[in-house]
Amino acid sequence: MDSRKYRTHVLVCAGTGCVSNRSMLIKDAFEQEIKKRGLEEEVQIIATGCQGFCERGPIAIVQPEDVFYQELSEKDIPLLVEEHFLKGRPYKKCMYVPEDAKKEIPKLMDIDFFKHQMLVVLRNRGRMDPEKIDEYIAFDGYQALAKALTGMSPEEIIEEIKISGLRGRGGGGFPTAIKWALCKKSPGDVKYLICNADEGDPGAYMDRSILEADPHAVLEGMTIGAKAIGASKGFIYVRDEYPLAVRRIKNAIEQATDYGLLGENILDTGFSFEVEVIRGGGAFVCGEETALMASIEGRPGRPSARPPYPAEKGLWGKPTNINNVETWANVPIIIQRSGAWYATLGTEKSKGTKVFSLVGKINNSGLVEVPMGIPLRQIIYGIGGGIPGGKKFKAVQSGGPSGGCVPASLLDLPVDYEKLTEAGAIMGSGGLIVMDEETCMVDIALYFINFLVDESCGKCTPCRVGLVRMKELLEKITSGNGEPGDVEGLESLADLIKKTALCGLGNTAPNPVLTTLRYFRDEYEAHVNEKRCPAGVCKALITFTIDPEKCTGCTLCARNCPVEAISGEKKEAHIIDQDICTRCGACKEACRFDAITVE
Amino acid sequence: MKSVKQIVERYNKRERSLIAMLQDIQKEKGYLPKEALKIVAAEVSVPLSRLYSLATFYKAFSLTPRGRHTINVCTGTACHVRGAAKLVEKLERDLGIRNGETTADERFTLEEVRCVGCCGLAPVMVIDENFHGKLTQKDIGKVLEKYQ
Repeated sequence: MDSRKYRTHVLVCAGTGCVSNRSMLIKDAFEQEIKKRGLEEEVQIIATGCQGFCERGPIAIVQPEDVFYQELSEKDIPLLVEEHFLKGRPYKKCMYVPEDAKKEIPKLMDIDFFKHQMLVVLRNRGRMDPEKIDEYIAFDGYQALAKALTGMSPEEIIEEIKISGLRGRGGGGFPTAIKWALCKKSPGDVKYLICNADEGDPGAYMDRSILEADPHAVLEGMTIGAKAIGASKGFIYVRDEYPLAVRRIKNAIEQATDYGLLGENILDTGFSFEVEVIRGGGAFVCGEETALMASIEGRPGRPSARPPYPAEKGLWGKPTNINNVETWANVPIIIQRSGAWYATLGTEKSKGTKVFSLVGKINNSGLVEVPMGIPLRQIIYGIGGGIPGGKKFKAVQSGGPSGGCVPASLLDLPVDYEKLTEAGAIMGSGGLIVMDEETCMVDIALYFINFLVDESCGKCTPCRVGLVRMKELLEKITSGNGEPGDVEGLESLADLIKKTALCGLGNTAPNPVLTTLRYFRDEYEAHVNEKRCPAGVCKALITFTIDPEKCTGCTLCARNCPVEAISGEKKEAHIIDQDICTRCGACKEACRFDAITVE
Repeated sequence: MKSVKQIVERYNKRERSLIAMLQDIQKEKGYLPKEALKIVAAEVSVPLSRLYSLATFYKAFSLTPRGRHTINVCTGTACHVRGAAKLVEKLERDLGIRNGETTADERFTLEEVRCVGCCGLAPVMVIDENFHGKLTQKDIGKVLEKYQ
């Protein structure tokens, strides 16, 4: 371990978002420049896990000064190093400026996006190198494991989790302690434990981020769980689309095994537990626990009926306990700081914090952790900084394809399991997709039904056939052919599928349609009765026109039109031929004078 | 097909690791050639139909050869609301192929994928393993030039 004492640390984000924004080149540039200036004994450059503020990537934080740099490019680095590290004045050009303000905010903890968060699960994000176990240990890592293995009985571990009130973070919200106790009670010598990292909900990426930023916390949680349940082998089922997460968790397993914190005879206590990584094959339904287990066994991931539940008969017929990544990552800090402490966070029935991915039509996209019960408004406006371009907030979609849309009228809703369910949505894995006035809710319902038609495994008829019928009705409505009775048809199909589908995917599949109908029925009716798409999205129902007052005749739109539907002389107003126009929107995107309107 | 045998050995010819074997073959060859599947079936002692059922169930697998570069346009919810469909339209128009198809010169295969987990950069497309974020229709041409 590098034991040199540095004056300053530069923490460069190396989460997938920033890496794809070339953050590794930024890290190299920092290293080169620091060396060139002879500062390598004083300034250390560290690649960390996802720091959360993905919208502004690539980002870097300088500690202990707590200065936040954003949207870095390699060109910025020489000047930044000179200004910050030699001259001692933080480099303004790369600082964060809020959407409606003019002045830079230098310090991380003064930025709204960070200020209002509460980091429990993500406590190590952006402060350590996730590829080095020593750094995890330096931040009290594996202390909980030592406590659990040397000083607690399995019953005591489960009791502590029970006191904490921890519930499953994968979506269902089932109390973790009850799940563990059931599996522990199940007769059998061989028991398995699974970490569900098949994060399939579109718009949710907290599990990927946790595996990338703090893989040892997941391993430590799993090992404590294994001791409580009496499991000897664990599997992490992770999406193959997350190559960085796969690499980091495999690296963590190797390191923990080397240190005697995993594998045979852990910490000399006689307890053994090994963990294997299984890469998913890209099937959404494998996030469902019975399908996931079939996939680990090397079969197509088709769900089977429950009971029997995995706690009785799971992987290869043995008692099995499945929790998702975020749940496992909560376990070490509960054991370390006590269940009673954890229970002070959150609301009466939803304890602790929740990680949300705040994405879509929002200024500050990124990953945020907040205490349960925080009002939705605080997440969207306090942390997220509101909607870009001064547009109106319409709804937020929560819980992925099984979830629903919460409208603007419920902005003061406290976010916890119960309240979201009452509103018709679900907590799900924590994806919050923000929608503005230019998002069509019928189109969103169609989007999710399309998704589910693709991902339905085809085993049961209500899901396989019923969803296709719903899709046809929605397509009929968005293409302008909707008739009276179609909306009611959707409702009755939704009800039928909900009641009769085999697994969780099918049971919840109609939710996006049901919640959009509940809150945005007027939009459906506008499509059906007035043949109008109020948000200006559904192609068959909209027209693009050029405002002759605003058009300067720059010809940019005509040159960008792929079907030559736009004509006009230079410096004169242009016209769109509606018979040729395919409504692709290329002209609107190209126009610099805001002269093209959609109706 | 020597490498296929090595892949099978890597997993000790274990039946439960069939999916991992196919993933490795897919990564190496770009698709699952019939010959490779026959070798896996023989080595692990499972019927070929078993492999076919896996290859057609999971999205990660392809039974036909792909282009030199695979364009994965993310159509997760965040990308959807930020205009992913427009990117797909532009790509289909420029490349003259539909979602799931390969160009005649075998340069590109176009695919829609569900959420690559980079929602902060929406809309996103991934070519081979490189992420391109915050795209508009205008940017597409320039990005594609890099992949010959």
